[in-house]
Amino acid sequence: MGGVKHRGGTYPYYPGCTLSTQARAYDRSGRAVAAALGIGLQELAEWQCCGATFPLTIDDSMALIAPTRVLCQAQDSGERVVTLCAVCFHVLRRCQVLLADDAQMLERINWFIEQDYRGELHVAHLLEVLRDDLGWNAVGSRVSRPLDGLRVAPYYGCLLLRPREEIGLDDPEDPSILHDLIRVVGADPVDFPYAIECCGSYLTAKEPRVSERLSREIVASAQESGADLLITACPLCQFNLDYPQRETRAAAAGDGLPVIYFTQLLAVAFGLPRDTWGFEDHYVDPIPALTSMVGISHEV
Amino acid sequence: MHTLISIDTVRGPFVREIEEISGQNLLACNQCGMCSAGCPVASAMDMLPSQVIRLAQLGMEEALTAGGRGDTTVWLCASCLACATRCPKGVDLPRVMEALRQIQLRRGAVRMDLDALPPQLARALPQVAIVGAYRKYLK
Ligand code: SF4
Ligand code: SF4
Repeated sequence: MGGVKHRGGTYPYYPGCTLSTQARAYDRSGRAVAAALGIGLQELAEWQCCGATFPLTIDDSMALIAPTRVLCQAQDSGERVVTLCAVCFHVLRRCQVLLADDAQMLERINWFIEQDYRGELHVAHLLEVLRDDLGWNAVGSRVSRPLDGLRVAPYYGCLLLRPREEIGLDDPEDPSILHDLIRVVGADPVDFPYAIECCGSYLTAKEPRVSERLSREIVASAQESGADLLITACPLCQFNLDYPQRETRAAAAGDGLPVIYFTQLLAVAFGLPRDTWGFEDHYVDPIPALTSMVGISHEV
Repeated sequence: MHTLISIDTVRGPFVREIEEISGQNLLACNQCGMCSAGCPVASAMDMLPSQVIRLAQLGMEEALTAGGRGDTTVWLCASCLACATRCPKGVDLPRVMEALRQIQLRRGAVRMDLDALPPQLARALPQVAIVGAYRKYLK
């Protein structure tokens, strides 16, 4: 890690449905941060939904059609496609791995969609580009407003880490990539026992009471460990952790735990214009946490 | 109450169906309980994930389908993959849960009603939650 290996350049970019709608703040801050680091994120000319779940069945190829179409749409733009949404990343990376290993399945899906996915694309997450292509030193050299003293909970969730072999982004039981990113911007990573616990995922659309309970435990654990805010790489985690706080007394009093994207943390630390942060859509306003710690306020 | 365990259920079509859909060897599980210990949703379930795979080994179909005591576990599993990461026997339990859901869905079960959601939540939900839930709870 670290070292001088800045390659920069332009990467084909797959935003996915959620970053084009409900989680625009993630997309906007992600593009701005990448641009500030000399990386162009070139949105695919044409793309569709990845399907949002990776099929856990071995006898049903239908659910692989949507992600394979996305891989097809991306393969002519370069060797790699970059994602930000942890859900899209998870689905596309696992589809990539499966089709690279299973020639028969590749042939079957290609026959079905009447396209020719060659099975060679690599799906990357922007976090990997920052760590492995640019290196943390290059990311750190862009920091103009070090977030000294800010205590940040690195929340990994599930899809960015598991399963170990197929995702391969970090140690699924003891990850460090978000910890390293937090240190790079001058803030302190806060260890808390729920960093790799599930937020409830899609249960939020069926059993909201159950998923709210999971998310409250995660938020409480981060707060008890002293976190001023929490970062995530997943729009579903962001929603599941932020939305249940909308009406709590704590949130009203400014004591809620802001849940922000790692790209928003970078945008603040890079001193990028406020319109790239996208804090307006959050249920717990992140500005007060930044005000008390690093002197950022609502006044411009 | 008597529970009959017989060779007909242990070697029956229900076990074969689970194994064919999941690709897992159910008998690999030695009931260590690691999966249940780390399952984030266990407290909301009527039966632990390790108990579900035990009943699956025995082919206890009634307990694991609608109306059975294992039903909440099957439908509350969030596919978080924590158990699969930790299983010392390499059992991919989320795939077993998915097979149990698929067996019901393929028989026509519908396990979600979007209209039942609080309207404020329905408007606020991210797309991935809606698409993901559709894929998990409807055929
Ligand atoms: S962790 Fe694996 S071996 Fe242990 S009870 Fe669960 S499925 Fe069975
Ligand atoms: S995948 Fe399902 S059963 Fe396994 S730990 Fe997660 S919620 Fe529990």
